[in-house]
Amino acid sequence: MTEVRAYRRTLSTWWWVRKPSYFLFVMRELSSIFVAWFVLYLLVLLSAIGRGEEAYRDVLDLAAHPLVVVVNAVAFAFVVLHTVTWFALTPKAMDARVAGRRVPAAAVMASQYVGLAVVSAFVVWLVTL
Amino acid sequence: MGSESSIGLRVSRYRPESDPGPGWQEYDVPLRTEWTVLDALNHVKNELDPTLSFRWSCRMGICGSCGMNVDGEPRLTCGTFLVDHAPGPIRVEPLANFHVVRDLVIDMTDFMEKLPRVKPWIIRDEEQSVDDGEYLQTPEELDAYKQFSMCINCMLCYAACPVYGLDPDFIGPAAIALAERYDLDSRDRGARERLDVLIEHEGVWGCTFVGECTRVCPKHVDPAGAIQRYKLKAAKQSVMAVLLPRGAR
Amino acid sequence: MSDGGFAATHDVLLVGGGGAGLRAAIAIAETDPRLDVAVVSKVYPMRSHTVSAEGGAAGVIAEGDSLDEHAYDTVSGSDWLGDQDAIEAFVEEAPRELLQLEHWGCPWSRQPDGHVAVRAFGGMKRMRTWFAADKTGFHMLHALFQTSLKYDRLTRYDEGFVTRLLVDDGRVHGVVAVELTTGKIHSIGAKAVILCTGGCGKVFPFTTNANINTGDGMALAYRAGAPLKDMEFVQYHPTGLPFTGILITEAARAEGGWLLNGDGYRYLQDYDLGTPSPTPVLRSMELGPRDRLSQAFVHEVEKGRTSHSPYGPIVHLDLRHLGEKLIEAKLPFVRELCLKYERIDPVHELIPVRPVVHYMMGGVHTDLHGATPVAGLYAAGETACVSINGANRLGSNSLPECLVFGARAGRAAATYATGARPAPSSVHAQAADEVRRLERELLGHRAGTERVSRIRDEMQATMEESAGIYRAAPAMKKGVDTLAELQQRMAGVGVADTSRSFNTELVAALELANMLDVAECILRSGLEREESRGAHQRTDFPARDDERFLVHQLVHRGPDGSPRVGTVPVTITRWPPGERVYGR
Repeated sequence: MTEVRAYRRTLSTWWWVRKPSYFLFVMRELSSIFVAWFVLYLLVLLSAIGRGEEAYRDVLDLAAHPLVVVVNAVAFAFVVLHTVTWFALTPKAMDARVAGRRVPAAAVMASQYVGLAVVSAFVVWLVTL
Repeated sequence: MGSESSIGLRVSRYRPESDPGPGWQEYDVPLRTEWTVLDALNHVKNELDPTLSFRWSCRMGICGSCGMNVDGEPRLTCGTFLVDHAPGPIRVEPLANFHVVRDLVIDMTDFMEKLPRVKPWIIRDEEQSVDDGEYLQTPEELDAYKQFSMCINCMLCYAACPVYGLDPDFIGPAAIALAERYDLDSRDRGARERLDVLIEHEGVWGCTFVGECTRVCPKHVDPAGAIQRYKLKAAKQSVMAVLLPRGAR
Repeated sequence: MSDGGFAATHDVLLVGGGGAGLRAAIAIAETDPRLDVAVVSKVYPMRSHTVSAEGGAAGVIAEGDSLDEHAYDTVSGSDWLGDQDAIEAFVEEAPRELLQLEHWGCPWSRQPDGHVAVRAFGGMKRMRTWFAADKTGFHMLHALFQTSLKYDRLTRYDEGFVTRLLVDDGRVHGVVAVELTTGKIHSIGAKAVILCTGGCGKVFPFTTNANINTGDGMALAYRAGAPLKDMEFVQYHPTGLPFTGILITEAARAEGGWLLNGDGYRYLQDYDLGTPSPTPVLRSMELGPRDRLSQAFVHEVEKGRTSHSPYGPIVHLDLRHLGEKLIEAKLPFVRELCLKYERIDPVHELIPVRPVVHYMMGGVHTDLHGATPVAGLYAAGETACVSINGANRLGSNSLPECLVFGARAGRAAATYATGARPAPSSVHAQAADEVRRLERELLGHRAGTERVSRIRDEMQATMEESAGIYRAAPAMKKGVDTLAELQQRMAGVGVADTSRSFNTELVAALELANMLDVAECILRSGLEREESRGAHQRTDFPARDDERFLVHQLVHRGPDGSPRVGTVPVTITRWPPGERVYGR
């Protein structure tokens, strides 16, 4: 009937350190910057390959710079976080059934990690060929 | 009786007419093994301070009225025992992320406005007359949605959800779980209509799978699972919209 | 929308948003979509006490069952006090209502072929109780509530507390209600009003009922000049958890649970309820009617054969032989409640239980269409007394009663509202009076010499002593005197809370005033009934007396505010009064 005159609470600045799950949530939000960096880095790498061996070597030199190594390491950590989140989410998103019975979440997750390992091994094989 | 031990309650108080914001008030209540936080609040209300306001009704975990933040966690106070929080003091606050009407009473009009938006009712292409009997549904078909039908609208999941805390427009865990409950019901044909609502920005996409909603749910509804399933549906829909010609969708 | 002195007006206004109220609201919307319907409820509708119903809802659907058998079970269960025309209408319409709810999404438990499953229940000769595991009421209420969201013409006043019916010249014209969040007082005009506020278990100290079951609708009707019927019949459910009073559903016994005394003996065999058999036998032993089972408990206590608990004597409900699989499939809530509130697992342990106040057979006197003697005023559900339950309600008849008579009252009120006259101006003066009274109580800043909780405790203790499973004149007379004294002390009650926002102390005071009126009616009506029938057992009049008391008792509010008890005949159609036979 009437508008409620309720008290609007504000979130404290450090609310996200209160629980691991909240911390991870904020980290995932933050990770967008690093994922964007990864994309940019790959684009730079690709364009360098296109411009010849000289340019490629310059980029590799740049990549060996400690600062870039650190940034890339952090970015890699964030991508891993995303991967783990995504894998954990998959069994929730899909109601996978084999012969009418629900596939257990652990099996779905395990199959994803196996898949990741296989693909990674293939890429390593390709690169080191 | 004199030797009976007691426990402290730190209760958040707020009276809109006189208080600029919430403050704390301390009470001492008997620490009895069979007492819940709700029993303690009722002891305060009946014996110590009749002006304390909070919602409660069934005291058996099914009506969904008595949700509060107990020591920072969203809980049904009728199912939270004092001994599990000893030695105290136990911090009792209104559910997080909601505006406070008074003391421990939150404003839940936001949820009540959101709920109808996901059309939580059976939608049929063709209504079958009641005279022709029931829609058949096997126990397996019932099982497919049963878990999502257990939601008691207690709002604990909203209090636990940081996305809702940051963006009050997010339609939220319980409402999405109920949309999924009807989508999965073999009698329902309304999945498309609900997806139209949930595919929007404030629909499922705000969720980044924090999982707190599922963890705090007292009825094991798993709203986080429901939201991820919706994301898959929404993604499929978006891909189809790009790939298929209009008529084939 | 606004009309003269009213904040808003509607064609039909429902007070209460539980099973009966929501069913009525939908019935009105479906009868005439142009009608403007509103529901005012003191809690959000999905919090209503229907949510706590566990076991199921009876309706003839199974092969081999018949309407006549359901009717006979209900008539004999009622100890022949139920009106047989009402019961016949009820059993006939119940299956259709339950099917309608199925169409609205209620997740009824199913047979493997997809048809709705039914289970046994106390006092029923056939398996006819539809169930959604052991959360039937919860699922029904949420299905109704969520379905009601479809209807645009349905206005909801959630968390509004109705304090008075506006009645002029024997016609209802609206209500006065407090909006709880703001404390604002509104008068709402309505051509017809339907009371669906549930029961009044909170009149007693130990009850399965929720905090909200304070007999509001009964008190509103009573003060507005509509009589209350058969108020002496209070149902004790035989299996509540000690201390909390939480209900352990009858379905636990229907699935095969046993009641054991302190010696581990199935004591019901000593009370003319049949002979024990390992599997449940319908209308026998643990599947006898609730009144007889609760009475057997009292005799076991007298014989010293019960067990002791910190909360008084108890017996045990044994589900162990049913096995984990069945308990998880059919009784998961029972297990959840036991684990949480007793810290025991019924798969391996005995459940301590004792009788507990559960249901009010009596209520606002209505006809078969929910109409009270006040024109435009209707009642349905536990608030009402049609009566199909007579002296004892059978388990699983109350949920379908909410649906059948909620829908009937809704349709009747819709028809009435179409032809109703506008409210006379005198009604606005009445509303203004009520607003002034509440303002005084809200803003009175009265320190008060009396506390709500104290008077409530004394009322509850009085009712337990004088209106228990067995009753006698001396205790009841004493109870009447105590209640009169409490009524006087009520005038000195102070509301210390001066905030307008969500003032639960004010609500508790208004509820207590309602309960005191209802309590008085229970005792006055009980004193007049000098016989033992169903749930009303008099130690000073131990036999049923059809000659004098095969009648309903109506309690009117006299001009001085005191109850006047009168009678109306019971309708008998096809089943002349006979002996209630169980287990033989």
